[in-house]
Amino acid sequence: MLLFIEQLINGLQLGVMLFLMSAGLTLVFGIMQVINLAHGSFYMIGAYVAATVTIHSGSFLLGMFAGLVVAAIIGMIVEFTILRQLYNRDHLDQVLATFGLIFFFNELSRIIWGRQPLFMDIPTWLNGTVEILPDIHYPLYRLAIIVVGIMVALFLYLLFSRTRLGMQIRAGATNRDIISALGVNIKLLYTLVFGLGVMLAALAGVMAGPILAVEVGMGESILILTFVVIVIGGIGSVQGALVGALLVGLVDTLGRAYLPTILSSIFSSQIGNTLGAPIASMSIYILMAVILAFKPSGLFSVQNRVDS
Amino acid sequence: MKNLTRKMIVNTIGLLFFLVLPFLTQLFEQEYLLSLFSLILIYGLAAASLDLILGFGGMISLGHAVFMGIGGYAVGILAFHKYDASLIFGFDGSENALITWSIAIAAAGIFGFVTGAISLRTKGMYFIMITLAFAQMGYYFFSALSKYGGSDGLSLYTRNELLAFDLSDDVTFYYICLAILVVFLSIAYRIVNSHFGKVLRATKQNEQRVQVLGFASYRYKITIYTFASAVAGLAGAMLTNQNEFASPELMHWTKSGELLVMVILGGMGTLFGPVLGAATFLLMEYFLAMYTEHWMIILGPFLILVVLFAKKGLYGLLIGSKSKDD
Amino acid sequence: MKKITFLVALVMAGALSALGAEPVKIGMITTLSTKAGYLGEDIRDGFKLAIAQGEGKLGNIPVELLVEDDGRKPGKGKQIAQRFMKKDKVQILTGIVFSNVAMAVVPKVVRSNVFYVSPNAGPSALAGKGCHENYFNVAWQNDNLHEAVGQYVTEKKFNNVYLIAPNYPAGKDAITGFKRFYKGKIAGEVYTTLGQSDYAAELSTLKSKKPDAVYFFLPGGMGINFIKQYAQAGLNKAVPLFGPAFSFDERILKAVGDAAVGVINGSQWSSDLDTPTNNEFVSAFKKAYGRTPTLYASQGYDGAMLIGSALKAVDGDMKKTNAFRKALNKADFTSVRGNFSFGKNNHPVQDIYVREVIKDANGNYTNRIVKKVFTNHTDAYAQECKK
Repeated sequence: MLLFIEQLINGLQLGVMLFLMSAGLTLVFGIMQVINLAHGSFYMIGAYVAATVTIHSGSFLLGMFAGLVVAAIIGMIVEFTILRQLYNRDHLDQVLATFGLIFFFNELSRIIWGRQPLFMDIPTWLNGTVEILPDIHYPLYRLAIIVVGIMVALFLYLLFSRTRLGMQIRAGATNRDIISALGVNIKLLYTLVFGLGVMLAALAGVMAGPILAVEVGMGESILILTFVVIVIGGIGSVQGALVGALLVGLVDTLGRAYLPTILSSIFSSQIGNTLGAPIASMSIYILMAVILAFKPSGLFSVQNRVDS
Repeated sequence: MKNLTRKMIVNTIGLLFFLVLPFLTQLFEQEYLLSLFSLILIYGLAAASLDLILGFGGMISLGHAVFMGIGGYAVGILAFHKYDASLIFGFDGSENALITWSIAIAAAGIFGFVTGAISLRTKGMYFIMITLAFAQMGYYFFSALSKYGGSDGLSLYTRNELLAFDLSDDVTFYYICLAILVVFLSIAYRIVNSHFGKVLRATKQNEQRVQVLGFASYRYKITIYTFASAVAGLAGAMLTNQNEFASPELMHWTKSGELLVMVILGGMGTLFGPVLGAATFLLMEYFLAMYTEHWMIILGPFLILVVLFAKKGLYGLLIGSKSKDD
Repeated sequence: MKKITFLVALVMAGALSALGAEPVKIGMITTLSTKAGYLGEDIRDGFKLAIAQGEGKLGNIPVELLVEDDGRKPGKGKQIAQRFMKKDKVQILTGIVFSNVAMAVVPKVVRSNVFYVSPNAGPSALAGKGCHENYFNVAWQNDNLHEAVGQYVTEKKFNNVYLIAPNYPAGKDAITGFKRFYKGKIAGEVYTTLGQSDYAAELSTLKSKKPDAVYFFLPGGMGINFIKQYAQAGLNKAVPLFGPAFSFDERILKAVGDAAVGVINGSQWSSDLDTPTNNEFVSAFKKAYGRTPTLYASQGYDGAMLIGSALKAVDGDMKKTNAFRKALNKADFTSVRGNFSFGKNNHPVQDIYVREVIKDANGNYTNRIVKKVFTNHTDAYAQECKK
């Protein structure tokens, strides 16, 4: 039972990371109608810059700040130069161009930081475990991630429901042309939205740094999961991203934790051990296919215009 | 008329080049390059099949590589059982290309039909994602089959036997690939210019209108999707023969992404363009890699430039910009 | 870089062919990228050190080393092998780090009349039924290091051990090897995904089973992540960790620091092994590269010396394949690890130790030999080899 609770929290933590990634991506796609395959690259850039600054300065917070700022700047440059050309193009061109960006950023990172992964330490003030329930000692750092995720969710909620900017963003997600007609500066709005998305991705990357290793290509692996999340949640919906992220995080973690045991008890332990992990990885795709079968536009779909 | 001629010239030159290539490689003592060109032909086949659903059917599939993988594994698994002298589902293994390649085509086609039927219920971004999902499922499924190597893949001891041809001879294998590609392109060309093809292309432009006109657009799309996946299966079977190796990497979404790149780079909706795209991509990878291990940093911006400025891809640049559709 | 090597080789070949002494080409396929990239780097650097010491020669015969990165991908390794054999006409291949890559490359290579000397990967399939007269392993058979720790753990009376390894041939060999000599109970046996970064789920399950020791095999960066996360979960104080040397090489130690101190690991070599050859090797390596060699470097070095000894025996004439093969088998060189000869399956017969991770006087983390567990140890598959 205790183990189950712990695995639940693990799932929650993964879900939070996915939420940070997918919130940005779903906004970008929902509002700007741009498929950005290079979203994972900002996750990576955030992690690399943060790791470098942390290692040299000794301060995790400074590293985090640097990671977010640099990613945001690069993001805005990308938006200004490349993405702007793509807003009115079809999805295919966007896929190709952003795929090209992936190649570029990956290789640039390899040139700057080399082929070996960078290892970042957890800041000492976040080290150690916390006894959240009797007998459950959970790593403090992972709890911190969950807390950050909740704060971001709250922030986004307040942003969207309480501020003018948020209202404009939401309007833009449902119908771009009208808000432009209402006199809102679309170009600026787009840049801001993109910047926000990029910073969220970079934040996820920075926080993942100490747990995973910072290496080239780290963005692609989480990118796939992110796409799955926003498809499940419904493109353009941050609410959907939250639900989708938690769902995927839980299914993936609980699957990895329990499928081998479940399979072992039904079949042999050899099958359970070797098949468990791969099937657990497949489980989120099966989840997505099932959801799409019943709700072809995701759980909280926002789109209400004809797909071009 | 002028454009048709230019297109014909480009196509003829291309075909001639491929025909005499083995002699050229021998002349320059670069026999090794022949295997690279066989790869180009095989990926060209796969990319062209993707072009059918993408360029003509308007369906953006990010999971086309899974059909290559299925075809490839069909060959690999049958060869495994032949070598092992064990049975699979009660049948003997085989290294006979007529059998294995047919099974590859059939298996990929069936998977294409089933997944296509499900995927085509969705549109746009969702369609992209669900094709991706099926590809990843394939990837994880084959990674889990430890009997057939799992994520480490499956080695073939020799290439398949095809009638009287010795496929282990690189030159023979190359010409077989070329023959298959040419045959496919002719068939595809016919399809695309037929009544069926016209309806399909109209669906890409505006599906609602086509439906209003009384066509069951879904049927057209699923048909071409199945056909394309079967062809990709054949490409996969050939690829496994070329490399003498099959692995789940074949069906990873990044491979599907590469196929998309080849199609768009070469020129979407042109059939021949994807072959050029495959050649460009693979040649760049090969030659640039000799100069710098960081060749991707050149490829990346190159792709972006092609997208921004060469709308109809490289092939489009070659044959001139006044094209009939779009 | 490759272009320059190619041009230099071309010029050299042109010049030397006039003298009739073309350098013998050696193709190294190794893992230089991914979390495990430094394994390949160390193998390559150890190998290159031997060549540098010979002033461009091994066994007094000029050699040319071609190096390529397989990215831990079997398919890529295969492609590179094809290219080396067909384009560069190489007759000696070496370098592969990972057993899954080895399984895709080696069988075809050795049947194409090319020699393969493995400086690392030693899958059981190639040591037993799949052995071949052209395949030599200068490092160990995969199970060996795990067997040693299994023996040690039993001697230390641990009784409820939890096992973790990645899901690929070497991972399975690791657990098999450990279990061959460990006689107690198994609290759990888990196979993770190769290249996995986050072990939260696995660690939670591990805690719940309350083992008295954990034996894990996670080479390269996977090991770094695991050990760090293990310590973060507070487990390193509660449940002792054991592993093979692969999980505790100097790079991993540098990255995880205190989290690994005290851990016992099995190895056929340690930098503090006190033989003249080894002392020279370690100081030469430190001087050339500015870091302490790992066991991978020692294996690369030994591989080069082995090949050199055989080249010397045939005077650089690779057409004398039978003589070359015999010379390789003879292993007429001094290994940095001391005792070394080949068994009938071309795998080493050698001593295996257990070492402890310590923090030395300079504050560096390194290994120190604790005990010699096996003397003249062979592997469990030699009997099945009929070459």
